[in-house]
Amino acid sequence: MPFIPHTEKEVQQMLATIGVSSIEELFDEIPASLRNESLQGVPTQATEMEVRRIMHARAAEDGQPLCFLGAGAYDHHIPASVWELTTRGEFYTAYTPYQAEASQGTLQLLYEYQTMMANLNALDVSNASLYDGASALAEAVLMAVRANRKSKSKRILMPRTVHPNYRKTVDAIIGKQGITIELIDYDRNSGCIDPETLPADPGDLAAVVIPQPNFFGVLEDVDTLSDWAHQHKALVIAVVNPIALAVLKPPGEWGTDGADIACGEGQPLGIPLSSGGPYYGFMCCKQALVRQMPGRIIGRTVDLEGKPGFTLTLQAREQHIRRSKATSNICTNQGLMITATTIHMALLGAEGLENVALNCHANTQQLVQKLADLQGVDTVFDNPVFHESVLRISAPLDEIMQALHAQNLLPGYALQDEYPELENCLLVCATEMRTDEDIDTYVGHMQRILGKHDTVK
Amino acid sequence: MLIFEKSKQGRTNPSQAPRSRPEMTDIPASLQRKKRALLPETSEMQTVRHYTRLSQQNFSIDTNFYPLGSCTMKYNPRASNSLSMLPGFLARHPLGPDSMGQGYMACMYELQEMLKDVTGMKAVSLTPAAGAQGELAGMAMIRAYHDAQGDDQRTEVLVPDAAHGTNPATAVMCGYKVREIPTDAEGDVDLEALKEVVGPQTAGLMLTNPSTLGVFERRIDDIARVVHEAGGLLYYDGANLNAILGKVRPGDMGFDVIHMNLHKTFSTPHGGGGPGAGPVGVSERLEPFLPVPMVAFDGDNYSWLTEKDKPQTIGRLSAFSGNAGVLLRAYIYARLLGREGMVRVSEYSTLNANYMMTLCQQKGFDLAYPGRRATHEFIVTLKRQTKDLGVNTMDFAKRLLDYGFHAPTTYFPLLVPECLLIEPTETEDMETLDAFVDVLKKIEEEAVENAEYVKGAPYTQPVRRLDDVRAARELDLVWEKE
Repeated sequence: MPFIPHTEKEVQQMLATIGVSSIEELFDEIPASLRNESLQGVPTQATEMEVRRIMHARAAEDGQPLCFLGAGAYDHHIPASVWELTTRGEFYTAYTPYQAEASQGTLQLLYEYQTMMANLNALDVSNASLYDGASALAEAVLMAVRANRKSKSKRILMPRTVHPNYRKTVDAIIGKQGITIELIDYDRNSGCIDPETLPADPGDLAAVVIPQPNFFGVLEDVDTLSDWAHQHKALVIAVVNPIALAVLKPPGEWGTDGADIACGEGQPLGIPLSSGGPYYGFMCCKQALVRQMPGRIIGRTVDLEGKPGFTLTLQAREQHIRRSKATSNICTNQGLMITATTIHMALLGAEGLENVALNCHANTQQLVQKLADLQGVDTVFDNPVFHESVLRISAPLDEIMQALHAQNLLPGYALQDEYPELENCLLVCATEMRTDEDIDTYVGHMQRILGKHDTVK
Repeated sequence: MLIFEKSKQGRTNPSQAPRSRPEMTDIPASLQRKKRALLPETSEMQTVRHYTRLSQQNFSIDTNFYPLGSCTMKYNPRASNSLSMLPGFLARHPLGPDSMGQGYMACMYELQEMLKDVTGMKAVSLTPAAGAQGELAGMAMIRAYHDAQGDDQRTEVLVPDAAHGTNPATAVMCGYKVREIPTDAEGDVDLEALKEVVGPQTAGLMLTNPSTLGVFERRIDDIARVVHEAGGLLYYDGANLNAILGKVRPGDMGFDVIHMNLHKTFSTPHGGGGPGAGPVGVSERLEPFLPVPMVAFDGDNYSWLTEKDKPQTIGRLSAFSGNAGVLLRAYIYARLLGREGMVRVSEYSTLNANYMMTLCQQKGFDLAYPGRRATHEFIVTLKRQTKDLGVNTMDFAKRLLDYGFHAPTTYFPLLVPECLLIEPTETEDMETLDAFVDVLKKIEEEAVENAEYVKGAPYTQPVRRLDDVRAARELDLVWEKE
């Protein structure tokens, strides 16, 4: 029997010990009227060889296209040792480290992760992860409402330049708790918030969300925006890309006082694209807010002989202790993803991450320049970008994209559904993985396909 | 020793990142980072050795028996890992077109269909990232349903006192007040108490069945009727689905919404605390509110259902479509088991639990509910040992580690004093179960002879018992260079 070790003889022995005649008898407390007879919707049992055949065929069907698509999930190099180590059974099949003495490996690793992530964000503390970037932002919003002692407000200012799916996730998760999200529009020329257009008296606010880079890849004026938020007694929630942090000013240094909470998607640090998950959300904050932070937190302490060791701490915030008064209903984190990301950061180091970030930036610049040189392609925003940029195509975008898909190439993200004002606009990305030849392949296909359409330069 | 303490300035792994450092001239200096982040500078071999050694300081299913009640720590098939990590799956961008995701989407659609059948629900959405997120989705759907009915009087959610902590925490996140329902002496929900508090203010009842007390809720029909007659909905917490897989379906018990923990029942790895996956299933009346995206199939092609197709959806719970890689692992596991294997899961996990429970009783341990059948788990209470020997459940738990067994769940559920919630799962062999109960008895004997010795356990782990109070008072969450 798959994954069941019992021999027939053992089964009989066990039943005799219990004092019943059949396994069926053990279910006699379930009312007979409720019993289910068969599972017709589940296929019959398959061997590993048969399942392997199915999965290989299906994985091959999905094609491994040449990827110029980002929009929140990025195709970066992952060193071979990252997942070889991460899938060691001792990491892969361990539980949440409640029994600290028997979980020092995972606990120390999480403490190292917290240190790396806090340093990357230049903030005091980090938790041990949340589900993904979008749900981390939702938790950050809830945390800010709890934590802002200068304001009783439940109003949050949210730029439209925050990832549309993040905004939808925030709406769904904070749903019924009386919090209002007010959108801030972006400047049509720069592609980011114009601080001049912010109101002198915005009213009582709990927090202002500031993305860097924003969804269009554009860099926001984070210093001015942070200071403006703090002047109005709002907390600052930074939404950042961890690769960009290697070269961009970290949230803890924004403006005069720094962001109060930073969160974002951890996927770029060692997690494959893999259809959108599992990824992980990171969250860092200032020391003063740590007791309002959701999720697992690991602390270093000593054992009864004075030897250093690691343990889950501040559990009084959590659902299994506080029940209905917990900071969040979150129970698990994304432990295995943190294993991967910690090893990834240790292997690359700060210099390696900088090189990744600088190459992403340079490749995207090259891609954007070469595409924008084509008849029928223009850049849309004039502010600097990190590793994504918006291009307007002077032809029906869906037709162009379909033609590029047919070349086994992902050309980017079509913005018009979420941003009607950006008709036929494409968000493109070239990470450090894309070579000059890859970029020329894209440009060549685009030129040929556009040549078949009437375009106006 | 921390990885940072092995770090040396200038040591790099040049093969793991691009060698070139193109200049970034267009970005103003005010937006650039000035001081490099403190990250380790170690060689590849140092890093590999460091994390290999850390892994060896863990208990895991692959190395130890892990009878952690309500957590279903069963064997995680290696095929689920290797086949879900095929290059085509890893390279698929979550926003890629449907035409370049048919292989992955076929797996997801079939998983939705299988989970529908296993739970007896009308429709399933796979997107919640964990059990707690599934609960949030479930309660949000209950709320959305009442709102759509124009029924704004329903402000309370009923939760039995034996419930997981996530249940009340979730209800509060959805804007509800929580009312606890007591449990009777036999471990069933106190039906009379339920009848007293249920009413037009009841939005729903959250229930785990079998409950966290390790017993099947026998009057589930009556409970469902009482709640439904009052206009409330029934929420099923799927934490213990392993115990009834293929035997009885939550949909047939009358539940309107259910979340499943695929990291328990469908054997995806716990990974040191996640990632999990918490799909939700619903009855017909809640179908419009399911979270998006979901996979649809028209007979030829698979496509994503989004807000456009489901305008009443409670929305999105993550940026993309949940923990895809976990869902693939669950799909592979389900195919390997098939319909025959699914029934065996509940049969043999129940056999193992009842066998162990009998052994514990024979060795003189006190059961919390001696007159009941065990489900896939059962509770031993060490109240007597704590009083007579001065050795409590935590001491037993720590001493078990010295014998190479992970401790069962301790001090949960909260209503049984000094409890061990023991869940062996179907994948453990008889020798292991025998050995565990023998060790439990041996620890009791040790406690009779020398209680202080047992209270000092563990002795064989990388550290002795840790000072949790100090950890919370003198917070040290981030290493600082001296």
